[in-house]
Amino acid sequence: MIDKAQLWTVMPLMAVGTYLIRFSFLGMLGNRPLPAWLTRALRYTAVAVLPALVAPGVLWPAATGGQTDPARLAAAVMTLLVGVITRSVLGAIIGGAVTLYACLALVG
Amino acid sequence: MTETSAAFWRGARHSLPFTIVVIPFAILFGVVATEAGLNVLETMVFTVTVFAGASQFAALQLMQDNAPTLIVLATALAVNLRMVMYSVALAPHLGRAPLGWRAVMAYFLVDQSFAVSSIEYERRPDMPIMAKVAFFFGALLPVAPVWYAASLIGALAGRAIPPEFALDFALPITFLAMVAPLLRSLPHIVAAGVSILMSLLLAGLPWGTGVLVAAACAMAAGAALDWRMEQGRSK
Repeated sequence: MIDKAQLWTVMPLMAVGTYLIRFSFLGMLGNRPLPAWLTRALRYTAVAVLPALVAPGVLWPAATGGQTDPARLAAAVMTLLVGVITRSVLGAIIGGAVTLYACLALVG
Repeated sequence: MTETSAAFWRGARHSLPFTIVVIPFAILFGVVATEAGLNVLETMVFTVTVFAGASQFAALQLMQDNAPTLIVLATALAVNLRMVMYSVALAPHLGRAPLGWRAVMAYFLVDQSFAVSSIEYERRPDMPIMAKVAFFFGALLPVAPVWYAASLIGALAGRAIPPEFALDFALPITFLAMVAPLLRSLPHIVAAGVSILMSLLLAGLPWGTGVLVAAACAMAAGAALDWRMEQGRSK
């Protein structure tokens, strides 16, 4: 369960922070170009943050008490595979979900 | 039809395919937020004020893992840092629009509106400024109202879903699905690989800090390789 005091601290600060990120150049800084090294780093933010967020939970899911779960692992691998091949976010989600439920049904 | 309203509807048409992706994604956010203990009001305040799906999912996950507030904010905002690029890229096209319009557009600057608008502005640089603004808002029509509505549906349906559905895994699957199509170049693949490896090695650190360190290393690895490959090409 999420602590409500924390939630009500995080939400407004996230809202303001995200807005300022979006407003930055469009609103205030105009046509100033970014330094090349910064553009280069920004290009890799999503692909750097998201895998780190999920990798430990994929190998050691909290739902199984930290035990590696073949169904969840297979679903993760399938999601990545379908996503890389089809380039479709929705296709990858469906591929992962179908694999997860199929494996859980087989085991259970 | 005036040029402005034509641009508005053209924008709507161009981003129409996104609707089908946004609906399940937003429902999922509503469901996951409810599972995490947020009530309908909290879920909707979150989704309306922040309006950036991936970072909302990230914040939920870290708060559930009892990560400190600073870590939650740093990670969630890191997920949104890519929008600096969007802001930079649109500034030359929209810089002459009135400040009030730009302030509203900033709130609505999401992956989808950026993607279709930047392509359109490159293709038709001579569009009048208000037609460009109209195109941008048109591109939001199939995305933003649907995002709010589907989040609400997810929040209302959330409690009705039993644990057998393994919804704990909806989040990892969604994140992996978002990353996979990004793996289109060697630096992207290396960055993702470093991110996974480091987060596993650092999983023992107080929860949340490992993610930030892993992400910083991955960003540096991707950018460094990108730079080296560009150097190689220019020789």
